[in-house]
Amino acid sequence: MKSAPFYIIFCISILVQAQPPSGDEILKKIDQNQVYDQAISTATMIVHSRTGDRMIRSKAWSKGNDKAFVEYLSPPREKGKKMLKVGDDLWIYTPEPNDRIITISGHLLKQSVMGSDMSYEDLMESDELRANYDAKVLSREMYNERDCWVLELTATNSDVAYHSRKIWVDAERWLSLKEERFARSGRLLKKTEILEVFQQDGRWLPRRITFKDMLSRGGGTEYILESIDFNVDIPDYQFTKAALRK
Amino acid sequence: MLAIKLAWRNLIGARLRTFLNVFVLSLAFVVIIWFKGVLNGWNDQARRDTIAWQIGGGQYWQENYDPYDPFTIDDSHAPLPEPAQEAVRKGLLTPLLISQGNIYPHGRIQSITLRGVDPHQTIIELPTHYLKSEDGEIPAIIGKRAADNGKLNVGDYVIIRWRDVNGTFDADEVKIVHIFKTDVQAMDAGIVWIPLERHREMVRMPNEATILITAPESGFIGEIPGWEFKNHDFLMSEIQEMIKTKSIAGYLYFIILMSLAMLAIFDTQVLSIFRRQKEIGTHIALGMTQRQVIALFTVEGAMHAVLAAILAALYGFPLLALQAKVGWSMPAGTDDFGLTLAETIYPKYSLGLVVGTTLIVLITTTIVSYLPARRIAKMEPTEAIRGKIQ
Repeated sequence: MKSAPFYIIFCISILVQAQPPSGDEILKKIDQNQVYDQAISTATMIVHSRTGDRMIRSKAWSKGNDKAFVEYLSPPREKGKKMLKVGDDLWIYTPEPNDRIITISGHLLKQSVMGSDMSYEDLMESDELRANYDAKVLSREMYNERDCWVLELTATNSDVAYHSRKIWVDAERWLSLKEERFARSGRLLKKTEILEVFQQDGRWLPRRITFKDMLSRGGGTEYILESIDFNVDIPDYQFTKAALRK
Repeated sequence: MLAIKLAWRNLIGARLRTFLNVFVLSLAFVVIIWFKGVLNGWNDQARRDTIAWQIGGGQYWQENYDPYDPFTIDDSHAPLPEPAQEAVRKGLLTPLLISQGNIYPHGRIQSITLRGVDPHQTIIELPTHYLKSEDGEIPAIIGKRAADNGKLNVGDYVIIRWRDVNGTFDADEVKIVHIFKTDVQAMDAGIVWIPLERHREMVRMPNEATILITAPESGFIGEIPGWEFKNHDFLMSEIQEMIKTKSIAGYLYFIILMSLAMLAIFDTQVLSIFRRQKEIGTHIALGMTQRQVIALFTVEGAMHAVLAAILAALYGFPLLALQAKVGWSMPAGTDDFGLTLAETIYPKYSLGLVVGTTLIVLITTTIVSYLPARRIAKMEPTEAIRGKIQ
């Protein structure tokens, strides 16, 4: 008689474990993996176009989800250009030819970042999936030899750029390995894939990502995260407009 | 009459010198009439085409609309107020809805302006009847410049991407149903024309518009709250400014040619007075007053202009008439300047232009002829008759 309640509890726990997590829970886990206090990273962006490849190296300082500062290191044409994001505001500093700071807003947010397949708007809206989308788990499948949850995100706000998205989330590392962004008509607009990952300080991070505008014939944009350091203390000054001209 | 007779004899006697003076002056005549004729022709053609294709009798702009500021386009739309809807029903207005987007011809991304227009409108010459379609596809018409730029042909399907009123992306295929040719670049380059109602659905702006074009015969139909009327002067100010600039350049050519001709006439007059002192003395000795002699020399100089006008008419008339008939073809690429510019400009000459130019040349020549002749008044007749240099 003593074993009956134990058996029931055991069965319930098995059932609970077997039940797939909800879409919201998966998004939460992705956020947990991605959220960090502050970091300094260096990365290379390779823009594949019909006229050849362009490599743009940059160093980024970030704090939380809403503050980021990027300085372009090479090629010489882009060297010295800087970008500052604070909340919903974005500024770009160009030292040559006229040493000026441009506020990126309105129509400019739709422009491509350094000729890549990403728009400034894509950079701005990355952390708001849970706030703007309703997530539904579609299936569990293997992607690039990794066990993934496949989620369908449908916009709950009418003012988001993409009406729906489909993401493949690594069920163990909680990284979104592949993402497809769709127009309201259902046409695939953009695709993002993580091709390599690495582990640092207990969290899994993407090493190599590709972005592709699926309507264009271009070769897409590759983003390689060369290094990232979480154990840093970035002064608040770094995220001011004055730092752009420094 | 005597002065004219004597002047004529003297001019004929000077032969080559007279011919050269008259020829250069006639060139000034022909060139300025031709240049002004070209500008008049351009102005007329641009005005006619712009009214027919783009502005009708004037336009009402949604109050936020500024075609020179792309940032305003996203906010430049509003529902049509009742008076405007009534005017649309009566055929006095046709609404246009403008939004920004991208087109992907052969996989290349290009920025475009999507313009929704009523397929049944007859206010502007845009061949919108091609947009009448009931097969579910999105029909689109584009101008030749846009077609060349995207290497698109009639029957091609091409993807366009746009954002709705809230900023959400959408994309679909449009079918190019017609490629039109227009001199009005503002209706062509970077523009994809689609049916108005379809456009409104796509961007989720029911019953909204950015511009209301009035019928040429109606023009301003009264104040519409939230909309500003722009008349022909405002809408064609760019063309007028361009033509004004070109006119100034034309006047410069005219001044240079006239200066050359006037310099030649001035020299001729100075030389005549220097060499014909005995003749001047004789005229005075025979009873002519100094003023009459000055008049004689002035008439002689001014007669260059009369002869130049006759010569200009002899060779200029057929030349200018031929040019007016066959037109002046613009060099390749000039129709991409952003202004209304036809491939061929047909010069337009008016009686006022010919008479005005003739009067200017005649008066200028007379003044230039008179200036050196004033020296005669200072001559001593006795010294002059002896041919003594004074």
